[in-house]
Amino acid sequence: MAKRRLVLTFPPEVVERPVVAMLVKDYDIITNILRAEIHEGEIGRMLVELDGQAKRIREAVKHLEELGVEVEDAITDIELDDTECISCGACTAVCLPGALKVEGPGWELELDKQRCILCGLCVDACPLQLITVKF
Amino acid sequence: MAKTFEEINQRIRKGEAVVLSADEMTELVKSEGAKKAAQKVDVVTTGTFGPMCSSGAFVNFGHSDPPIKMSKVWMNDVPVCADLAAVDAYIGATALSDSEGMLYGGAHVIEDLVDGRWVKLRATAYGTDCYPLREIETWVNRDTVNQAYLFNPRNSYQNYACATNGSDHTIYTYMGVLLPKYGNATYCSAGQLSPLLNDPYYRTIGLGTRIFLGGGEGFVSWQGTQHKPTVERSPGGTPVGPAGALALIGDLKRMDRRFLRGARFHRYGVSLYVGVGIPIPILDEEMAAFTGVADGDIETSVFDYSQPVRARQPLGRVNYGELRKGTIEIDGRNVGCAPLSSYKVAREIAGILKGWIEEGKFLLSAPVEPLPAEGGVLPLEVRSKEGI
Repeated sequence: MAKRRLVLTFPPEVVERPVVAMLVKDYDIITNILRAEIHEGEIGRMLVELDGQAKRIREAVKHLEELGVEVEDAITDIELDDTECISCGACTAVCLPGALKVEGPGWELELDKQRCILCGLCVDACPLQLITVKF
Repeated sequence: MAKTFEEINQRIRKGEAVVLSADEMTELVKSEGAKKAAQKVDVVTTGTFGPMCSSGAFVNFGHSDPPIKMSKVWMNDVPVCADLAAVDAYIGATALSDSEGMLYGGAHVIEDLVDGRWVKLRATAYGTDCYPLREIETWVNRDTVNQAYLFNPRNSYQNYACATNGSDHTIYTYMGVLLPKYGNATYCSAGQLSPLLNDPYYRTIGLGTRIFLGGGEGFVSWQGTQHKPTVERSPGGTPVGPAGALALIGDLKRMDRRFLRGARFHRYGVSLYVGVGIPIPILDEEMAAFTGVADGDIETSVFDYSQPVRARQPLGRVNYGELRKGTIEIDGRNVGCAPLSSYKVAREIAGILKGWIEEGKFLLSAPVEPLPAEGGVLPLEVRSKEGI
């Protein structure tokens, strides 16, 4: 038996398909959704833990990719150097679950780790290279 | 009752000037109207802190012994332009490091210089009778070089586009990471705080205007490259996309790294975050009305950046009130939007400039010459020798 933590990114046209049910039913994988940000008709992202036979997980990942789902290994933590941060907000553009936010009245960047699905997209999006990930 | 620059400066000298930030002015004009606001307020301070690629710094390194006429020059491995006199060079913000590529560039060299850090200087030359040295390697910093001044050909754009991506793959642009199928949108303006959006027809901002630049004092030195005043405008006068722009100059040695930061846009390149603040004298009721502009009045156009063409067709129009709330509608769908320019630092800049003026340390300068009020930009066409 194997366990893998993955970040799944769904294009809008795949969001409505019962993908998780497929993993359970067709591949015999115990699928634990840790965090998800999915809305009908919009790009969606999900952090899942898959528990099953290694071979079946590989097959399931291949199937997901064929459906148009982007599959990436999840990281375990992100770190923001907030002493250097200028609160430009560029990272918030790619943070679909809204863990990174700049809002009034202070317009200061805030990171809510509870909402982070550890996709790591903010690492490339930060113009000052202040966000790092841990695997 | 109209006021002049000189009358306002007299009040600043006496410590009597009433100064508001553009945010505060928006509130005042909303509650009391432009006429009353014009009577109460002398100066409105603006601010912006965004990535401005068309930026750079001139440096004169001083002469070595024996002297060298530098031909190819690198600072921290970033090539800088030295096709000037012997030891003059221009650090272009977007130049990339020979060894680190997009992770470090000219903008980072400028940030390092401003911060007083040592920078490795390497130069080669062909050697002349009067400049015999052919190669030099040394270390310089802000205090060892003769002069270092920022000269930015295009800053403080009057409004900017809102960018999104209609393709089926992620694209990496100077407007940040844009997710496929309108997965997000980005915008880059300080909106109601932005200098040229508070003086939409350039009545008070012109050549010679004294400004806040990178934490120190600077001046408007020319119209910005691609200055394009003749554009469609909203009822309040603000353009609905990129329009006017400013060329700015100021002493790098007196600037502060907090307002001058090197940045890299993933798979795009390097840029410089530049902090700019411009004071606007409230000469009359019209200037009070202009500076009272609110985010909800300022519109911009949305473009699909996956179309690699010069003249993209706008997908629609949004205002900064909507953008600041974080969601806009594109093609009937709600799309999350994010800023690239820091509103937090823009407000800080407007606040610092307000303080300088209140303390009588910063006087306003009337333009020596106005910015062009009309004109467009010329495209670059591919021509054959036979076709010219």
